[in-house]
Amino acid sequence: MSDSTLQARPETRHVPDRLNSRAFRTLRSWESLLLAVAIAIFIVNSFASPYFLNVWNLSDATFNFTEKAMIAFAMALLIISGEIDLSVASIIALASTAMGLAVQYGAGTPELVVIGLAVGLLCGAFNAVFVTIMGLPSIVVTIGTMSLFRGISYIILGDDAFRGYPASFAWFGQGYIYWVFTVEMLFFVIIALAFGVLLHKTNFGRAVYAIGNNPTGAMFSGIRVQKVKFILFLLTGLMSGAAAVFLTSRLGSTRPSIATGMELEVVTMVVLGGVNILGGSGSIPGVVIAAFVMGLVTFGLGLLNVPGIVMSIFIGLLLIGVIALPRLWTMAANRRRG
Amino acid sequence: MSVFRKFLTTAVAATALLTSPAFAQEDVRIALVVKALGIGFFEAAAKGAEEAAAELGNVEIIYTGPTDTTAEGQIEVINALIAQNVDAIAISANDTDALVPALKRAMQRGITVISWDSGVAAEGRQLHLNPSSNPLIGNMIIKLAADQLPDGGEVALLSATTTSTNQNTWIEEMNKVMGDYPGIEVVATVYGDDLADKSYREATGLMQSYPDLDAIIAPTSVGIVAAAQAVVDAGKVGQVNVTGLGLPSEMAGAIESGASKSFAIWNPIDLGYSATMLAYELSQNGVEAAPGAEIPMGRMGTLTLDENTEGAMADPFVYDASNIEEFKSIF
Repeated sequence: MSDSTLQARPETRHVPDRLNSRAFRTLRSWESLLLAVAIAIFIVNSFASPYFLNVWNLSDATFNFTEKAMIAFAMALLIISGEIDLSVASIIALASTAMGLAVQYGAGTPELVVIGLAVGLLCGAFNAVFVTIMGLPSIVVTIGTMSLFRGISYIILGDDAFRGYPASFAWFGQGYIYWVFTVEMLFFVIIALAFGVLLHKTNFGRAVYAIGNNPTGAMFSGIRVQKVKFILFLLTGLMSGAAAVFLTSRLGSTRPSIATGMELEVVTMVVLGGVNILGGSGSIPGVVIAAFVMGLVTFGLGLLNVPGIVMSIFIGLLLIGVIALPRLWTMAANRRRG
Repeated sequence: MSVFRKFLTTAVAATALLTSPAFAQEDVRIALVVKALGIGFFEAAAKGAEEAAAELGNVEIIYTGPTDTTAEGQIEVINALIAQNVDAIAISANDTDALVPALKRAMQRGITVISWDSGVAAEGRQLHLNPSSNPLIGNMIIKLAADQLPDGGEVALLSATTTSTNQNTWIEEMNKVMGDYPGIEVVATVYGDDLADKSYREATGLMQSYPDLDAIIAPTSVGIVAAAQAVVDAGKVGQVNVTGLGLPSEMAGAIESGASKSFAIWNPIDLGYSATMLAYELSQNGVEAAPGAEIPMGRMGTLTLDENTEGAMADPFVYDASNIEEFKSIF
């Protein structure tokens, strides 16, 4: 699947996304660089731990990133358009709480999925109204809703938990399609393809890039900037709702602390995937590879029983390195030239 | 391309740095999974686990846990442990229910799973180790007061709220054993609602209403600190002894000033030690964790399992001037 999307890249990039070409050219090889890092980590892990090269273990490891990646795809589009949503983890908490509440009233699996997705959509719409209609900065709005959405969960649940999800609901987070391939992996692939096509193959995707590079210019070219952004917030909310369905199904219970801190991991994944945090450039294949890189790193370090704190340091360094390298590269190149 | 090469070398070097420990396959590997790393209480438990490992000889302790106290973080840790095929997992859970699917999978793959301190629902573990039990705590709080009063005396209770389940159960258990402490009379029970200022006022009130009061028993970590302060402020150090359940870090001052002679709470070192011993017994000596089973845990005696396959480790551990220095930095 990644082959076809990778091949599609040169076509969509005939029109330059940005004009500061040197930094852009470095970014252009981003996905291949990231892929090499992923392969390197894979090889190092295989040597470092005798347990790494085991299909079941690798299958378990995918749970470390599948849910986060689903949100990261939508978040990538949002960040490319120059906005951000920091409330995604709190949307998961609220959607999961709503599903747990529905279970108490006897909701079955189909209803639960609909409720999870609907709450996600509503939260996305809530963010969108403040950002696109009232024109408030998205970082401020979503820091607010980050507390708001999770706060509602805490009011409903306190330090209690919802449990008793129907047995069939466990399929989403604990089920297998075939052999070691989990249901989550299948949805990961489907969602990645859908967002890949949306960003790289449609007018909507071109509009997202245009808005990220120059919102005013985009508006004068006839792009309905606020409408596109509204849709992007809806998509991010919807994907957070989907992640809530999978995570809740995997845990089999809901507590208001569910997914705490996940928003930062999602943003990390997006930025690691080569999406410019200031908007305007980035690609879905990059985010896919970044998801694998983060999953492999955390799982590999976990196998070596490296404490979580050291793992966070490692991810932090990886992220800073990834952001700083292209900039250093440009600076060095400019110095050589001047 | 040099960027590429630089990045690759850094990644490989950094990963290689973290891969040094050799694998000692013949050792029994017991994982002590805690709510989050960097918490003094759990660091102390890990110390106890190492002590048990040294005693057993062929045991390697894997002390691990997530960065935040989340169930998802613990599941990632559990998955990594399942992948390594460790012999046993002893976990203090962040969530009673959410860990059950992951831990069930661990048990299906032949890994011994027990919970300690903070439990997992029965289907997700083989046994749960409680630090103590309600009858043991009820007895301990009155014993602490009585030990300082060989000729009997008047004691009063400063509890949390009237509806606090834990405190009410302990007081009930205490009342059952009052016959063992002749001469000790409980003159009043007041409620500080687990608020520092209200507890302080209630303690002051007790000393005014009962001028002959010999001890205040506060089975709550908020109440005991407030009562000790009230005793100091009333100038009654030496006359009124404050005791009950408290945290060493918060009570160090009261022990130093003499307002409190002794108090009790669980000992995390013993807890980590016992959890390790139990995990070893279950995974290596074929001990069945069935209701009614009695499982040895080294220097801590034996654990008797009830119908929910839960057991209580021991009496709460007593802290006084002799050991407060050691424990106040731990938790």
